[in-house]
Amino acid sequence: MAQYKGKGIFLICILLFGLTQSIQAQNVINGKKIYETRCLVCHQADGGGVPNMNAPLDGSTNVVGNDIGRLVKIVKNGFKDKVELDGYYYSNDMTPNPDLSNAAIADVLSFIRTSWSNKASLVTLAQVNNANKGNQKKNSK
Amino acid sequence: MKKIIYFLFLFLFCIGIFANAQDNAGLTLPAGFKANLFAENIGGARHIAITKNGVIFAKLNRANKQGQSIVRLEDTNKDGVADKITGLANYGGTGIYLNGNNLYASSNEAIFKYELNNNDEVLNPLSPVTVVTGLINRRQHESKSITFDKANHIYVNIGAYSNACQEQDRTPGSKGKMPCPILDSAGGIWKFDGNKENQTYGDGMRYATGLRNVVGLDWNTQTNKLYVSQHGRDQLNTFFPSLYTDAQNAELPAETFYEINEGDNAGWPYIYYDPSQHKKIVSPEYGGDGQKEGASNFINPAVAFPAHMAPMAVLFYTGDQFPAKYKNGAFITFHGSWNRAPLPQEGFFVAFVPFKNGKATGEWEIFANGFAGTIDGAKVTSTNKAKARPCGLAQGPDGSIYVSDDTKGTIFKISYNK
Ligand code: HEC
Repeated sequence: MAQYKGKGIFLICILLFGLTQSIQAQNVINGKKIYETRCLVCHQADGGGVPNMNAPLDGSTNVVGNDIGRLVKIVKNGFKDKVELDGYYYSNDMTPNPDLSNAAIADVLSFIRTSWSNKASLVTLAQVNNANKGNQKKNSK
Repeated sequence: MKKIIYFLFLFLFCIGIFANAQDNAGLTLPAGFKANLFAENIGGARHIAITKNGVIFAKLNRANKQGQSIVRLEDTNKDGVADKITGLANYGGTGIYLNGNNLYASSNEAIFKYELNNNDEVLNPLSPVTVVTGLINRRQHESKSITFDKANHIYVNIGAYSNACQEQDRTPGSKGKMPCPILDSAGGIWKFDGNKENQTYGDGMRYATGLRNVVGLDWNTQTNKLYVSQHGRDQLNTFFPSLYTDAQNAELPAETFYEINEGDNAGWPYIYYDPSQHKKIVSPEYGGDGQKEGASNFINPAVAFPAHMAPMAVLFYTGDQFPAKYKNGAFITFHGSWNRAPLPQEGFFVAFVPFKNGKATGEWEIFANGFAGTIDGAKVTSTNKAKARPCGLAQGPDGSIYVSDDTKGTIFKISYNK
């Protein structure tokens, strides 16, 4: 009996692992669709952006970095701070996406963090929820 | 054995020379034309100007590794390749123009004047005269290209810091402002006096308006008129998917080439030019539906090019080296698009616009292609993959033309040999 128990747990573990993996893959697939309809026009098919104009996402230290809150804010509110990004400035104004759900933002960020040469962690819904709370607090101050 | 090695080297050497002479620096040109690399890796070279002795000054987008933003290139041994390269200044920018012994260069806010000696060396590299200052630079469409008429007036474009003058730039559903307040201080061509110092808006005049972002402009000395090339608006499909498909956005609106008279209005942001309908169509931010025509007082383009290819410089050819059909026609460099995605990008070439009796015929053709450096002419899918993007244009004293590239900073020389 104990033997079966062990096997059962093992099986459940495998199942759970498989499930989370496919959820993760689903995230990235969703994220890719969002990228293609909303982001590709500026950041281009290869994530390399347009020199001097639209920042590259592939190889960007911010995109693969740990400040998820900043990335969430950029996708939601757009971005036209014209600050130096990895040594260059970009002249275009990025479109805001106020209508994207937190889940969709998690998906598109997961896609850009794991595509091309980027190999960072996926972004979870909880992280986006948290980031939004943080941003709201900051805004209301 | 030694002999064999010697011949082998000689053979390779010959192949090298032959290949270099034949490959035209990777460009495709009309029969009888040849191209070579005049300079490489000088830093993102925007516009260029040439002295009567053939010395080239290139304005860089930002300072290069040497901390310089105007590069002086001289071909002392006359082999068609720059062998003496020096530099000055440290501000990024686009515009550069030679007017006699005066070299004018622009940052994204101001225009400066330098003086050259008889050897085409800059006499006051550290203390230029500020001719115009305080021009709007909100980074979007920030470059300030310059040209002159025969009476030493400067014409400078001040690009609109916006795509379509929406209340919120590049935001779906945001309406166009009526009237567009940007046009008071940008979105047009301003005229200043080339002899005066420290001028700003109040000292100059708005010569033409309704021009979203002009990067290329040149004075046609034959007809005594200004010509400009405008970058049309972006993102019709992403903001108005119910009115425009991806395929339509890839072709709309036209990139336009205008003959400009004082007081002209080209209609941005209220209209765009549709090259297939040959009509000025009301912008969707201003209630347009892709069909409704705009006011007729806006000027029509002399030539309408396919969308998004980004015309960067205009040069009226006045030399005698090229075949007669080119004389007094206009060359235009195209930077190559980004806003055609998801369709392949286009442009990355130099076009020629024929003129007859002082007017553009409306036709155009590709003159020099292959700058993007793709294999077998494959399309560029992501703009950043283009090896070179044509930007500046200038005519040398012998009638050759030079094309600059603002990715790595290549200067191509194109000549004709009968
Ligand atoms: C209209 C063009 C445009 C669109 C559409 C666009 N972006 Fe951007 N994006 C930019 C520009 C321009 C910048 C840099 C802005 C600046 O420096 O002020 C940028 C910056 C970013 C950054 C910051 C990069 C860094 O290195 O810090 C991220 C992340 C980003 N974009 C993600 C996205 C995502 C995800 C989408 C789609 C949901 C998107 N962008 C859509 C133009 C665009």
